[in-house]
Amino acid sequence: MSVIFEKSVSGRRGVRLPASDVPDPPPIPAECRRGSDAELCELSEADVVRHFTWLSRRNYGVDTGFYPLGSCTMKYNPKVLEEIARLEGFASLHPFLPQLRHGGMLVQGALQVLYELEQLLCEITGMKAFTLQPLAGAHGELTGMMLVAAYHRDRGRRKTEVIIPDEAHGTNPASAAIAGFRTVSVPTEPATGMLDIAVLEKRMNDGTAAIMLTNPNTLGIFNTRIRDVVEIAHRHGALVYYDGANLNAVLGKFRPGDAGIDVMHVNLHKTFGTPHGGGGPGAGPVGVSEDLAPYLPISRVVKRSDNTYALNYDCPKSIGYIAPFYANFLVCLKAYAYIMLLGREGLIEASETAVLNANYLMNALREDYELPFDRVCMHEFVLSARKQAEHGVKALDIAKALIDEGFHPPTVYFPLIVRESLMIEPTETESMETLDAFVAAMKKIARKAAEDPKSILDAPLSTPVSRPDEVRAAREMDVVYP
Amino acid sequence: MSYVPVTPEQRARMLAACGVRSIADLFRDIPSDSAPRSFDIPRARSEMETSAFFRELASRNYSHLTNFLGGGFYDHFIPAAVDAIVSRSEFYTSYTPYQPELSQGTLQAIYEYQTQIARLTGMQAANASVYDGGTALYEACQMALHATGRNRVVMDGGVNPIYRKMLVSYTANLSIEFAEIPVSHGRTDRQRLFDALNAGTAAVILQNPNFFGVIDNHADVVEHCHSRGILVIQSVYPIAMALLKPPGEIGVDIATGEGQSLGIPLAFGGPYLGFMATTRELIRRLPGRIVGRTVDRHGREAFVLTLQAREQHIRREKATSNICTNEALCALRAHVYLSLMGKEGLKEVARLCRAKTAYAMERFRAIRGVRVMESSPVFNEFVVHLPMDAGDAAGMLVERGVAPGLPLGRFYPGMENYLMIAVTEKRTKFEIGMLAESVESVICQ
Repeated sequence: MSVIFEKSVSGRRGVRLPASDVPDPPPIPAECRRGSDAELCELSEADVVRHFTWLSRRNYGVDTGFYPLGSCTMKYNPKVLEEIARLEGFASLHPFLPQLRHGGMLVQGALQVLYELEQLLCEITGMKAFTLQPLAGAHGELTGMMLVAAYHRDRGRRKTEVIIPDEAHGTNPASAAIAGFRTVSVPTEPATGMLDIAVLEKRMNDGTAAIMLTNPNTLGIFNTRIRDVVEIAHRHGALVYYDGANLNAVLGKFRPGDAGIDVMHVNLHKTFGTPHGGGGPGAGPVGVSEDLAPYLPISRVVKRSDNTYALNYDCPKSIGYIAPFYANFLVCLKAYAYIMLLGREGLIEASETAVLNANYLMNALREDYELPFDRVCMHEFVLSARKQAEHGVKALDIAKALIDEGFHPPTVYFPLIVRESLMIEPTETESMETLDAFVAAMKKIARKAAEDPKSILDAPLSTPVSRPDEVRAAREMDVVYP
Repeated sequence: MSYVPVTPEQRARMLAACGVRSIADLFRDIPSDSAPRSFDIPRARSEMETSAFFRELASRNYSHLTNFLGGGFYDHFIPAAVDAIVSRSEFYTSYTPYQPELSQGTLQAIYEYQTQIARLTGMQAANASVYDGGTALYEACQMALHATGRNRVVMDGGVNPIYRKMLVSYTANLSIEFAEIPVSHGRTDRQRLFDALNAGTAAVILQNPNFFGVIDNHADVVEHCHSRGILVIQSVYPIAMALLKPPGEIGVDIATGEGQSLGIPLAFGGPYLGFMATTRELIRRLPGRIVGRTVDRHGREAFVLTLQAREQHIRREKATSNICTNEALCALRAHVYLSLMGKEGLKEVARLCRAKTAYAMERFRAIRGVRVMESSPVFNEFVVHLPMDAGDAAGMLVERGVAPGLPLGRFYPGMENYLMIAVTEKRTKFEIGMLAESVESVICQ
């Protein structure tokens, strides 16, 4: 008996509501009434709390231990951020309050948070303006692509293609396609791990609307020729989109805006220390150059000459509404508090340590695992389990063996351009002792893979379930409890 | 304070292990001509100072007003156990459950959430959530367009105007044709809606209760659409589903909605929760994550992300959607809320909302100069016509400690004198009386 609906007992209640203090209303017209009750569970508060506490113990978070999931920046999140997000003055604020006459004056604290976070993100990235509205990284990408389309349309240019390197996140091509563009791929150079500039030159033409660049890329490599990429794109009237998923590597070291980037997004939940929530909520603010600012979504937060804040809906060139309101507000609030806690030096130290930790791990593991791109890495690096695979131990098996060693595994089988890839991102909040313990575990697994590969294929042994049958899940489609 | 545990001494040892002399050596790939032109971020502040700063900002927001604002986003009661449970950091500091062995908690919770949504809407399948109710509606449109191969969408004017604006901007670069049918007497105008359908129509979008709070039975619309191969999408208010005919009972193809009312704070606009539910036939077109129940290699019950072949990390530009990170923690909140409220509790919340709304309407009927729009039955929101600009009236009422409702002029030009009032189970008879008296005295001024 594990599913909550199996624990339900007819007649049991979890919440008592106040008795009604008003007369009974007229009945709902029969044709609008529900035919049979929604079969929700019937449990006491203690039943519910115990069920979810039990579930929580079958979960692993950053607070449980090391979580080097590449490309996801699973850093420790300061607890005070949660406390700030629970403040009544923010949590209970209705988003329609600004719609009342002089309503902006009722939400000055909230508007100040939005305005100042936009300013901070501008300074951190070198972009000229930001919108906080995109509700996740991929939503930021889509918003960015919509801005690109609006920019070209406004200039009467017919641009139908977006170029995406093959090491980009899978959401990049999906976002470009949903914004109405055809996507064109550019391969990675095997020697450098950077996109192939010669091929880029060939694929770029006057129909190219933009190139989407992740830098550092998903191999953890900084593209040293970023200025050439920007120059080639601009020469063809194309814009450069910067996927800021990996911004945690370069705080205070590189600003996309300085390199001529036209539009970018930032994942607040990655770089700016807001918890990932088991898969959201996140936030994917989008920054733009001066030229793209008129197209940003409605509404814009402005600061008036009397130091009050207001919402501006009069944006004739705007792409319109992309979210119901102003942002995933509580996520933005936490990100602002995080930047305040770290300050200038703290942000720089965060990136420096993220890069140091990654290089330290890479160097410690390079003898045991194949390193396809042997050069200084940024915040993450990619290993290949090709050596181990020769003994029948694949990247997935290594991941499962790591679970038994007490660690969350790295990202496996991504990026797709490396066979048997293990993508490792330690982040800056991990200590040298943790990294050393992880190295010891990885070395132990490499040794076992060579000496007794079969012993690994049974992993994990320490978890409540082991290697669920995914094929059966897809076939039977049991997605709702009967 | 950067939460970095590496000591200076360890830093030196680690640099040596990397074979470099300084941190700068690790950043050598960044061309020197790309060094930041500035990085003018204020110095760090302590936890105490940061906390005080945000407490002060929070105190400047008028969150204490007695709230009659709705428009799709409601001030419902949230039991304390919801926060207690979602504050378990095993939930909130984890990420997308790529490793099922370490994520059974999140995965099972999502599976159970999918079940709650399916039961509430009467549908057969649900996904793990999307960003908000507007995105859910847009994604439902995409499903219908792909499923039918047609390119026209007809939208009822009773759909939340914000969602309608979102749909228009999302599809600006795609060849999709939108038609919008104004409501008649607050309800779906059947005749005009049916006249607007043609062979190219993929879907009709409805909302129940609609933006004006009006409840409807769209069974006739569904029947009419299905006979023409048109899919029906219905956006619903989940609390109302405890009492009202759910989409599944009238044959709706895709049900969507905003889940904020299910234990999620108003929070100045987010994070919220978009839910999506559909039929068995359309399940493979659902965007976002879906969790399935299966067994592990020892035959034990286990939960996994399933039907991943739809998703962008595999399909890239051919994916059904670009949604990756969703609103898992908000879905967890909704699931905990529904578990606590349960079958009877949710009905009680819905009944209280209705009763208090009916009482508020009665109080407003008694105010001279105010006209209550009541040609059709409502759930927990109603529209009144004031003898003055509703925005101005609202501004004056705020000074009396009340957020009296949503002035409609911004969304419906010509409706400047209309105010939309929402009443939840949290409002008392006394507060409703205060609202009515305040409105009366303001319009008499």
